[in-house]
Amino acid sequence: MPDFHPFLPFLVAAILAAFTKGKVRSAIMLLAPVVGGLHLLGAETGTMVEYQLMELTLMPYRVDELSLIFGYIFHIGAFIAVLYSLHLKDTLQHVSGLLYAGSAVGAVFAGDLFTLFIFWEILGLSSAFLVWASRDETSVATGIRYLVFQVLSGVLLMAGALWYWLDTGSLIFNEIGLDAAGAWLIFFAFGIKCGFPFLHNWITDGYPASTATGTVFLCCFTTKAAVYAMARGFPGTELLIYIGAFMACYPIFFAVIENDLRRVLAYSMINQLGFMVCGIGVGTALALNGATGHAFNDVLFKGLLFMSMGAVLYVTGRTKASELGGLYKKMPITASLCIVGALTISAFPLVAGFISKSMVMSALIEEGHSIIWMFMLFASAGVLEHAGIKIPYFAFFAHDQNIPAREAPTNMLLAMGIAAVLCVAIGVFPSILYNILPYDAPYSPYDMTHVLTQLQLLAFATLGVVFLHRSGRYPAEVPSTNLDAEWFYRRLFPRIYQSIKRLLTRISDFIGNWLRHWSTGLMTGLNRTHGPEGTLARTWPTGSMVLWVAVLLAVYLVADFL
Amino acid sequence: MQTSGDNKPGWAENPVVHQRIRYGLFIICGLLVIVDLIVHRHTYLPVEELPAFYAFYGFGALVGVVVLAKTLRLYVGRNEDYYQQDQHGEKDDA
Repeated sequence: MPDFHPFLPFLVAAILAAFTKGKVRSAIMLLAPVVGGLHLLGAETGTMVEYQLMELTLMPYRVDELSLIFGYIFHIGAFIAVLYSLHLKDTLQHVSGLLYAGSAVGAVFAGDLFTLFIFWEILGLSSAFLVWASRDETSVATGIRYLVFQVLSGVLLMAGALWYWLDTGSLIFNEIGLDAAGAWLIFFAFGIKCGFPFLHNWITDGYPASTATGTVFLCCFTTKAAVYAMARGFPGTELLIYIGAFMACYPIFFAVIENDLRRVLAYSMINQLGFMVCGIGVGTALALNGATGHAFNDVLFKGLLFMSMGAVLYVTGRTKASELGGLYKKMPITASLCIVGALTISAFPLVAGFISKSMVMSALIEEGHSIIWMFMLFASAGVLEHAGIKIPYFAFFAHDQNIPAREAPTNMLLAMGIAAVLCVAIGVFPSILYNILPYDAPYSPYDMTHVLTQLQLLAFATLGVVFLHRSGRYPAEVPSTNLDAEWFYRRLFPRIYQSIKRLLTRISDFIGNWLRHWSTGLMTGLNRTHGPEGTLARTWPTGSMVLWVAVLLAVYLVADFL
Repeated sequence: MQTSGDNKPGWAENPVVHQRIRYGLFIICGLLVIVDLIVHRHTYLPVEELPAFYAFYGFGALVGVVVLAKTLRLYVGRNEDYYQQDQHGEKDDA
């Protein structure tokens, strides 16, 4: 196969999709990831394409083991997401979806920071259109908030890259480490897209606002491209272990009380990203394999869960737990596939989540991070509650709300089916994934200890749910907004701005009033002397003038005699 | 499309099924503890050596998560249209 940049098939397909429709467009869209994927199978690790731009060495295309595994999963993810959205007639979503997937592919094969920045920006902009594609009242504002974070990340990356270049004289993207010039800027640029704590609300705000199909695209690419960038730039950065552990733990609590099931999945995504970030922080071959493998699997199982909730949204128009329930009768296939996704994210043995998450957990304990390991184990039990049980239970079981519904369209079922089959296949035959992992660290997930301990953890956590449910302690799903870090910029800062505006208005009113009062006084005074009725404007009779002339002459006369 | 008229209770609404699922879970949990007592697990931490450590931890973690989340809700829970209200408020001000 001829060699071309892996972004090209997606770019060509996006341009063609803009001018075609119906089956032709469907064929073009499906072909893009297939052609790209086949090309990737023939790609050789170690390939580097370099260009000289004045004094700058750019490497727009580089293939190594780390970029290759992300390349594979992005093509699989793109194929699944395109298949899932084939029933749409929305050119905006199709074109931006393809550009978005392509830019993620471009980003992982970028060998220098400048090329990475270009794809980083396309990634942010094209995905914002997927948020706007909902075309409702709230999506405009949400899309802008989403884009602000993407742009901020891009600006930080550009500034960091320039600083790095000025200091080192090279833009080639390899391990950076926090001590390098501009490294903190690049670190936070990646961190924003990884969903770092307090910088994460673009995920929980943007993803649930997108369309049923748009969210499936969104969940596949941005965060995983960021995990790739972090794994390449900052492996073994200890700070990431603590950030990752925090990311894995705190969203669980929000996910338990969140009513919008797609937002539950968004919080769940941050929790899973926590495992990946933590693995990158540990930095051993096993941990990095775990982080990479988990990112690979996350595209499949989180995609599957978002697809099942997207199908529910598409069919019923609802995604809130308080408004759903009993759909298993009318959507049995979707319900079954959702359960496969739920089992996978909970990391039950024989599904994909187990074989990747256990690598991160093993690496943590092997490197002596026992307290962090305890937190991650806690997070693993928490995942079972919100993603493993809550999502399928409230959508498809719980109280039958007797919602008019039917099974999801065939293309959606097919897309979910492919993801589900891959989840199980990777779980049963871990070598499918292990053979493409970037680092050399042999690992066997299926030993007695791993399987037994994981089953105990999950079975007794399920028992915990049963106990809470039976004793009436399980929290009811109520329509609500839960305040998160976004409160600062959605409520506090606007309020502060309003207060400052009010204060300035008051000051300007005061000064204005004072000036008015003062000028009125001045004008009245002037009016008294110079006005039409004023002293100086008074008319005098001629008689009095003659009298004064006589007086004057008399004064002269007297003066002359003296 | 099925409409709201034909809504018969399905298997998931059957209390007998609920009971069977519960009993099935109890049996699985019981078996897992028995196996834990019989086989030898390799451990890294002293705490792991406690019998059925993972079972207790799983149960405790889940109950802890839910209880803490319910407490969190008391502090962060607001009306569903919390942010929209604010936007309308701003519009009114302007």
